[in-house]
Amino acid sequence: MGNAVKKTFLYCILALLTLTFLFPIIWVMLSAFKKSSELFSWPPSFFPRTPTLDNFIAAFNKGDFGRYFYNSAVVSVSSTILAIIINTMAGFAFAKYKFKFRDAIFIGFLATLMLPLEVIMIPIFQVIKRFSMYNSLLGIIIPPAATPTGVFLARQYFLSIPDELLEAARIDGASERRIFVQLILPNAKPLMSVLFIFSFMWRWNDYMWPLLVIRDMDKYTVQLALANFSGQFSVDWSSLLAMAVISMIPMLVVFLIFQKQFVKGMVVSGMKE
Amino acid sequence: MKKSKDWGIKIAPWVLLAPNLIIFAVFIVWPAIMGFTYSFYKWDGLGEKVFIGFNNYVKAFGSAEFWGAFGRTAAYALISVPLIMAAALLLANLLVKDIKLKGFFRASFYWPKMISFIIVGLSFRFLFGDSFGVINYILEVLGFKSVAWLTDSFFAQLVVILATVWSMAGYYMVMFISGLQSIPESYYEASQVDGATSAQRFFLITLPLLKPTTFLVLILSIIDVFKAYPLIKALTGGGPASSTKMIVQYIYEEGFTKSNLGYASALSMILLVVLAIFTGIQFKINRGGEI
Repeated sequence: MGNAVKKTFLYCILALLTLTFLFPIIWVMLSAFKKSSELFSWPPSFFPRTPTLDNFIAAFNKGDFGRYFYNSAVVSVSSTILAIIINTMAGFAFAKYKFKFRDAIFIGFLATLMLPLEVIMIPIFQVIKRFSMYNSLLGIIIPPAATPTGVFLARQYFLSIPDELLEAARIDGASERRIFVQLILPNAKPLMSVLFIFSFMWRWNDYMWPLLVIRDMDKYTVQLALANFSGQFSVDWSSLLAMAVISMIPMLVVFLIFQKQFVKGMVVSGMKE
Repeated sequence: MKKSKDWGIKIAPWVLLAPNLIIFAVFIVWPAIMGFTYSFYKWDGLGEKVFIGFNNYVKAFGSAEFWGAFGRTAAYALISVPLIMAAALLLANLLVKDIKLKGFFRASFYWPKMISFIIVGLSFRFLFGDSFGVINYILEVLGFKSVAWLTDSFFAQLVVILATVWSMAGYYMVMFISGLQSIPESYYEASQVDGATSAQRFFLITLPLLKPTTFLVLILSIIDVFKAYPLIKALTGGGPASSTKMIVQYIYEEGFTKSNLGYASALSMILLVVLAIFTGIQFKINRGGEI
């Protein structure tokens, strides 16, 4: 086979695969702009015949979607900030200090990967109730912020900072607190952006925590609302599709801004929440 | 120096660790211990806890419903995982080559991983709708009969597997790409000189050298699939007739719909053992000697 033929063949396969991968999302996006009468017309139309924003307007007016979006934003942003702070702190402690039981505690942290929420949902629910976090956004902000993956990533990052740097600062009379706040934090921006992307993605897309913690509709997150509305007997597809499309926008933005760090982070971590 | 406000070098690590340690202790370790204890009780969450020893476990292992959910989950893993891995490896192999628009292709393959399982489930439910879905339309155009995708057990299971592969392949593709990039170019050059075909190169060089990555992907995707619930919840709700109900949904329903907290905790412990085995293996291969 000639090289040119080979290349063309490769691009054809890639184009076909890309189409297969993008089709579900493109179809959902296009359908969100269709009138509900057109949505179920047979044969279906690919492009909306008369594009309309009605579905989006209906989602915000009838379904209180703005509220869910706001809740999701509050939860994702605050839980992410908390996660960045505490995971950076813990990672630095593991990487740059010698203390009793350090390695045992670190292994213990990693071992909690074996205890995903799916395994402890029954007792978690009791704990959440005991701390009066049931049906409160705090219950989906605080508990998920401490992740073994976050600590692991932070530790890996700080291991590459030379000890001499810290020693020099100590000789200059800097306190441990100052070293962390003024020397370490400003140098941890790449780490923080990786933690940001992961944590934001997990929280924004999460369904299990809200499912366990939230009861009232006015505290629903986007994912909880989508799941519950889709479980109803007669599904209101037009506003559901519109909600789904809007709910993907924050991830799209994060993705476009942080693409490089994202890929790197996935490779380095190699593990999950 | 303001001694009172500053951390000494002995105290500093504990101050830094404290928030994480507290959250871990309260929201992971403590619940895990509680769950273990619950599993020996009969409890509806409100009334008295009654100690019943291993009865919850005995009940689980004698329950057709448990074996159904567990067996389905195992079968689901057995079919989806190889497909996820094959798709991920194929995509990685195509994208590791020197091609234009690499970023675009890569992004379109791992974009499904960035959207929530709920949306993945909803999208596939919309696409595969029995009477209005575009997939049935495409089938009809191609001259096939339309299929009862979501009302027939077999086809519903098929759609769940398709959605799973679609949503996860891109993530593992990225891991395979980094694995492929770590194979020295000189190996391939040498084989070129020896006149190896591309199939030979793939099976004799790529695959053996990719073994650690492959194994890691295998373990991680098994764990992923065993935890599956949100995607299925939005896609089929576990139906029709429980044909797509997996272990996590079974635990959730026993615990929260039927209020069998003790029994659900015992089920969780069984799932924990399964996940612990795979996580343990992952530990071994991923960070052997690194800690």
